[in-house]
Amino acid sequence: MNGTLTKYFDELQKSRAWRSVFRGGTGKSTLRNSMAIQQNVFLHLLSTKVRKRMLEFNATWYLGTLTLGTFGILVITGILLMLYYHPSAPQAYADTKDLQFVVSSGQFLRNLHRWSAHAMVFLVFAHMFRVFYRGAYRPPREFNWVIGVVLLLFTLLLSYTGYLLPWDQLAFWAITVGSNIASAVPLMGDKVRFLMLGGHFVNANALLRFYVLHCMILPLAALFFIAIHFWRIRKDGGLYARHSEPDVVMTTAPARPPL
Amino acid sequence: MAEENKDRVQTAANPAIDRREFFLRIGLGSMGIAAAGTAVFAYQFLSPNVLYEPSPVVNMGKPESYQLDSVTLDVDARIFVIHAKEGFFALNAVCTHLGCLTAWKPDLGIIACPCHGSKFAVFQPAGKTPGEKIEGPAPKPLPWLKMSLSDDGELIVDRAEEIRPQTFVRV
Repeated sequence: MNGTLTKYFDELQKSRAWRSVFRGGTGKSTLRNSMAIQQNVFLHLLSTKVRKRMLEFNATWYLGTLTLGTFGILVITGILLMLYYHPSAPQAYADTKDLQFVVSSGQFLRNLHRWSAHAMVFLVFAHMFRVFYRGAYRPPREFNWVIGVVLLLFTLLLSYTGYLLPWDQLAFWAITVGSNIASAVPLMGDKVRFLMLGGHFVNANALLRFYVLHCMILPLAALFFIAIHFWRIRKDGGLYARHSEPDVVMTTAPARPPL
Repeated sequence: MAEENKDRVQTAANPAIDRREFFLRIGLGSMGIAAAGTAVFAYQFLSPNVLYEPSPVVNMGKPESYQLDSVTLDVDARIFVIHAKEGFFALNAVCTHLGCLTAWKPDLGIIACPCHGSKFAVFQPAGKTPGEKIEGPAPKPLPWLKMSLSDDGELIVDRAEEIRPQTFVRV
């Protein structure tokens, strides 16, 4: 192995950021190597060991669970809406109208999709406020907070891409304004907008790109991070509840106002 | 591995690398080249080569159809055709703030954007060049677009070409 590379990698493994992501410890022992497999969500989906404390029923506000619930509703209603929706400029608006007025239960499903989307954004924010003010982002959970921020970003991108799909005036101008905000990025802003829209205007290419992002790429990416997020809850000691924390955490935790 | 390398003295005077490190570098290098190629491939694939977008050059018809002191918005072309005392000119109707379509306000003599309230001069207020910003978040004035007369005497506007303000077409 390249000696210099190994040295840098060893240094990296000792850094705080690395230790917050990979909890297996350092070294080259057999135990350490088997831990590296067992403590990886993609190589070992089920936790090798779960402490009883981590599975205890805790009275929380269930904001994360509710967020997952809205995500589930959005996946199911979204797949059903896809059966009647064509992402093409001449048809998208008519299909939206058909879903509203012609398809049996179409209006119910579309409204459920829309309201769940609004609820999910609200719940994600509520969840994050709760985690922030309870101090649940602190070690050993700091990496799961980072995953959560990525999930917030995916939630907002899913909302934004879904905004264009009804192909009405509101959709068109909202994406026009939004994509122009993207073009304010220094140096590569116009290129970003061009790639996002697949052209210089919000037109058929943009509709198709947003459709693929909304229905395939972003939900799969979100699912990937949701898997890590939930797995990390168990690995990091279960849901954060003050009484469930080990004494050592509580004695070293800085004082904070009661909530 | 680190132990093996310990007794090998590598200095600037003796830069020899062993076979293992040589192949490691070849391997890493080719993976780097492949990654760069993938990035270029992805960028090129995502940039459309042919766009079915409307031509920037539009025919706005006979000058006689525009009354003196009139401001006419063509919603499809997204331009204003203005017939002033000095002559004809065309303004881009897309707001320079975030791309909304602006509107002509005949009672105020100005152009205003419905999205975030930018206002642009036309005949009012006195002393301002048409297209110049009066107020609002717009960072730039509405651009003047190149206007010419076709052989048939019709007004042609090239939306892709911005020109110096106060350049009029006289008929």
